[in-house]
Amino acid sequence: MKSSMSFRILGTGSACPACVKTNEDLSSFLDTDDEWISSRTGTKSRHVSTTETLTEIAATAAKQALEDANIDAKDLDLIICATIQGDYITPSLACMVQKEIGAQCPAFDINAACPGFIYALDIALGYFARNKSSKILIVGTEMMSKHVDWQDRATCVLFGDGAGAVVLGEGDSLLAIKTTAKGELDILNIHGKNGNSPFSQHEKQDEFVHMNGQEVYKFAVISMCRDLKDVIAAAGLTEEEIDFVLPHQANIKIIETAMNRLKIPKERYYNNIERFGNTSAASIPILLDELNRSKRLQNGQNIAMVSFGGGLTTGAVIIKWQK
Amino acid sequence: MNVFEKVAEIIANHTDTPVADITMEASFEEIGLDSLDIVDLVMAMEDTFSVKIELSQSIKKVGDLVTVIESLKQ
Ligand SMILES: CC(C)(COP(=O)(O)OP(=O)(O)OC[C@H]1O[C@@H](n2cnc3c(N)ncnc32)[C@H](O)[C@@H]1OP(=O)(O)O)[C@@H](O)C(=O)NCCC(=O)NCCS
Repeated sequence: MKSSMSFRILGTGSACPACVKTNEDLSSFLDTDDEWISSRTGTKSRHVSTTETLTEIAATAAKQALEDANIDAKDLDLIICATIQGDYITPSLACMVQKEIGAQCPAFDINAACPGFIYALDIALGYFARNKSSKILIVGTEMMSKHVDWQDRATCVLFGDGAGAVVLGEGDSLLAIKTTAKGELDILNIHGKNGNSPFSQHEKQDEFVHMNGQEVYKFAVISMCRDLKDVIAAAGLTEEEIDFVLPHQANIKIIETAMNRLKIPKERYYNNIERFGNTSAASIPILLDELNRSKRLQNGQNIAMVSFGGGLTTGAVIIKWQK
Repeated sequence: MNVFEKVAEIIANHTDTPVADITMEASFEEIGLDSLDIVDLVMAMEDTFSVKIELSQSIKKVGDLVTVIESLKQ
């Protein structure tokens, strides 16, 4: 039966810059080592852009998702890119992707930091509910290598670049979704452009990631557990009925601590932080694409996704896989 | 059970350290906890004692944590 109330995922895709930097590579110019980075974060290597633009990796992920969904770009009704910043302040990244893949639909970006992909799913839900769309492309993508200070070992080692995409069509896969925000500047921020207005009396700020790691850590564990429990209950499921958890890949220790506080069997968490680091809004759609491509997803499985990030924002969603 | 005994029990559960080795003077470094393990521990204490503990660099040994919890519980 055709249901226009929600959506299902028709296809997935992902792409990363070609260059991979290991912890050892970073220790050639930073006072750090593999032991510190691996044991504190779980990351061993990350992809970093050398020549690729965000538009290129986002478009590659999008094309893969369209191909997997067997949908022509011209049939898309909407493109949403979740990113803290595209290649340009304007045009939006979504407009650049639209041009690159040859789509003709409306396109815009949203910024909800790392949970941006989940926020975008929630927006898409509204379009489906209003019968405004029948095919939506969402790309979660980030080039964190532009935003970190490569002289600050406490932040630059954590992140990586990448893109993950999904194509949504009408269906009833979405069982529950939740987004939250709690305005808070000091714990995690990146200052915007300073500009060169001759009238400005604003103090010039650097444009790098600033973070109170331990406060983020605490917020992450608490919100991850709370949001997962909330969406599982809202979906009418129990923790044992979740087949896969795709947690935002910020730090493996955050995930392990949350795991110990929840009853979902540990082997159901799927992680790839070891190879990607934290790719912000791209982390969850990349995980999903890896699972889909390796044919590990079966119809009827319940997939939980959960994320947290600058804002502070959080998001969680339960999808019943029906591809 | 007083605050110290409860704290010692939680630390012993979180680590491989026998309860007997956990004294007020024992530093987290000696017990083998890194800065993120301390954050985990602080969160476990918040749940157990129903308090909100500010993370700070001054929490270095078991006694520091016990003192903070005792002052918050008053
Ligand atoms: C970032 C994080 C790994 C840092 O761990 P931490 O235990 O808080 O580390 P601290 O900043 O307290 O630093 C501990 C020590 O390691 C050092 N250190 C920091 N980065 C280092 C590195 N890359 N290599 C070696 N040493 C490093 C610090 O200088 C400090 O040394 P000191 O005690 O001699 O001063 C951790 O806080 C974290 O992952 N937080 C969550 C961040 C997150 O998820 N952000 C993204 C949200 S979307």
